[in-house]
Amino acid sequence: MLEIKNLHANINGKEILKGLNLVVRPGEIHAIMGPNGAGKSTLASVLTGNQAFEVTKGDVTFYGKNLLELSPEDRSREGIFLSFQYPVEIPGVSMVNFMRTALNEHRKYKNLEPLSATDFLRTMREKKELVEMDNKLANRSVNEGFSGGEKKRNEIFQMAMLDPRLSILDETDSGLDIDALRIVANGVNKLKTADNASIVITHYQRLLDYIVPDFVHVLYDGRIVKSGGKELALELEERGYDWIKQEVDGK
Amino acid sequence: MSEDILDQLTQSDYKYGFTTDIETDIIPIGLSEDVVRIISAKKNEPEWMLEFRLKAYRHWLTMEMPSWAHLEIPKIDFQSIAYYAAPRKNAPQSLDEVDPELLKTFNKLGISMEEQKMLSGMAVDVVMDSISVKTTFKESLAEKGIIFCSFSEAVEHHPDLVQKYMGSVVPYADNFFATLNCAVFSDGSFVYIPKGVRCPMELSTYFRINAINTGQFERTLIIADEDSYVSYLEGCTAPMRDENQLHAAIVEIIAMKNAEVKYSTVQNWYPGDKNGVGGIYNFVTKRGICKGDSSKISWTQVETGSAVTWKYPSCILLGDNSSAEFYSVAVTNHHQQADTGTKMLHIGKNTSSHILSKGISAGKSQNSYRGLVKINPKAENARNYSQCDSLLLGDKCGAHTFPYMEVDNDTAIVEHEATTSKINEDQIFYCNQRGISTEDAVGLIVNGYAKEVLNQLPMEFAVEAQKLLQITLEGSVG
Repeated sequence: MLEIKNLHANINGKEILKGLNLVVRPGEIHAIMGPNGAGKSTLASVLTGNQAFEVTKGDVTFYGKNLLELSPEDRSREGIFLSFQYPVEIPGVSMVNFMRTALNEHRKYKNLEPLSATDFLRTMREKKELVEMDNKLANRSVNEGFSGGEKKRNEIFQMAMLDPRLSILDETDSGLDIDALRIVANGVNKLKTADNASIVITHYQRLLDYIVPDFVHVLYDGRIVKSGGKELALELEERGYDWIKQEVDGK
Repeated sequence: MSEDILDQLTQSDYKYGFTTDIETDIIPIGLSEDVVRIISAKKNEPEWMLEFRLKAYRHWLTMEMPSWAHLEIPKIDFQSIAYYAAPRKNAPQSLDEVDPELLKTFNKLGISMEEQKMLSGMAVDVVMDSISVKTTFKESLAEKGIIFCSFSEAVEHHPDLVQKYMGSVVPYADNFFATLNCAVFSDGSFVYIPKGVRCPMELSTYFRINAINTGQFERTLIIADEDSYVSYLEGCTAPMRDENQLHAAIVEIIAMKNAEVKYSTVQNWYPGDKNGVGGIYNFVTKRGICKGDSSKISWTQVETGSAVTWKYPSCILLGDNSSAEFYSVAVTNHHQQADTGTKMLHIGKNTSSHILSKGISAGKSQNSYRGLVKINPKAENARNYSQCDSLLLGDKCGAHTFPYMEVDNDTAIVEHEATTSKINEDQIFYCNQRGISTEDAVGLIVNGYAKEVLNQLPMEFAVEAQKLLQITLEGSVG
């Protein structure tokens, strides 16, 4: 579904991604690990069309479409979802209103009628249960006054609502205690089907105990320098990143 | 520049020609004592009404246009304005002839075809221009003794009430624009709610500027007798125009003992085009008096239109335990200028006022909040809370806050809070990533920001206001 070829990207003139290649097929979970500053979050931003980043080279196709030509909202409507590392607060905008606007935009893109208020609220109720989200949170403004854990849970809730083909989880585990981590991971696992895929960006192996990846990639200095199965994550946990750095820099 | 346009228009005034029966309603351009007399005569007004007008006119001659507001206003030539509405000279025959931009806005607002025709100035079976007042459900109101009629009708049928209260809140010599209104006001609405009556429906009036080059001078007088309640709505949509239009209205509200008046406005006068050409000058004097003890007046306004807005809905808290509220959202885009706010004058004991102002500036616009909270020496235990927030979109607009406080009683508690914020790109990208376009995202964020005020509006108004905010800000980000 997703094919990234030789991707280069800058922020403020500084090159962060330096020729990244990745192929993701339906049903797969890819973990992307790597030290700070390797370009993990940049990859998430570039895939979702954050204008702060400039793509200087390379191709990204999503189901055959040139992803880089699509606006951020169209990428979302095509089925790419980003669970933000730092979800943004939008004061005064209720979650209900926000989700309803988003969902109906997705439906419009697919030439579907907007969901009726009853159907929408029913969907919302079902999905809330999936991520064990408090009713109160759904009635509040988007992320306003949410704790770190509540924000992350709210991201997964939105993912459940929008039912993406490709979800990118950017450091979804950061700031989560072990219970919240389990709830979030359970949510992700329940949403898993043979038709969708996930890219899980993380520092630590611990999230991968719950969300078991098919592939683990190590991102270092703007490139994927090592790929393997889930055992690679365990090895990284044990040995750190230095040996990989040495391997790469030594070449 | 505006003078040239006005000149052009005034000089080409007659080229379309008039039929005889319409001509009878034409008054020469410009202002003089004769014009005031003609207006009064056309409306068959009694002598006292004419005297009131003349007194105001003579006083107006001694006044100068105020310049203290944070506004840049081209010189207005008051002699080039028609002071009585002339019917449309070149009314469009079908919607095809109406500016497509305007129609687009109507459609986005969800305005019906019939209403669109009306708003575009097409001839439909609705009374138009400044002599029109849409009075709905008049009969069922009459059963309760409620008077809801045009100002002219009130002068004719309820002269005692009009004479007693007209000018009692906004005196004829109050300010330049109010005095001008007193001299030449065309028409407006009159509301009287008798003792102990709760008005069963929202009263609404639909004001529009319709005639080319005609200043619009409405007058509204609302009297809520003891223990009564009324909610009054005023909504405006002006058709697209090339020339500047002057609008100087007066609203007076009187709330007697235990009475409550809620006055809501959604104001959407034509703001001029993207370059700031055209657009309406809106100089309004709105004031209420909480005359009786425990009375309450609440102003809610959503201001999205006008090239220039000069408007300070105010309250005089005379009765003990009386209270007043002012909720405002003022949006400016492109070259719009707004200087708006409120005055709360605490005179009675234990009076309280609450001010919540939300300014939103985009484009190259200037948006100012100007407020005065005055606590008189005898106003024991007065309480005021003011909150003034400004939201900026882009870096070419301005937001300004001018809060004045005069506290002459030590028991008063007066609080003021102000914030200024910007819509940040992270918020917009977050919405984008959920499939919401930038324009819709701005609409969502702005409506969220203004929610506390919008919540004060009656339901049907709130929906319209939300759409308006979004439409006003289209193209202001990204």
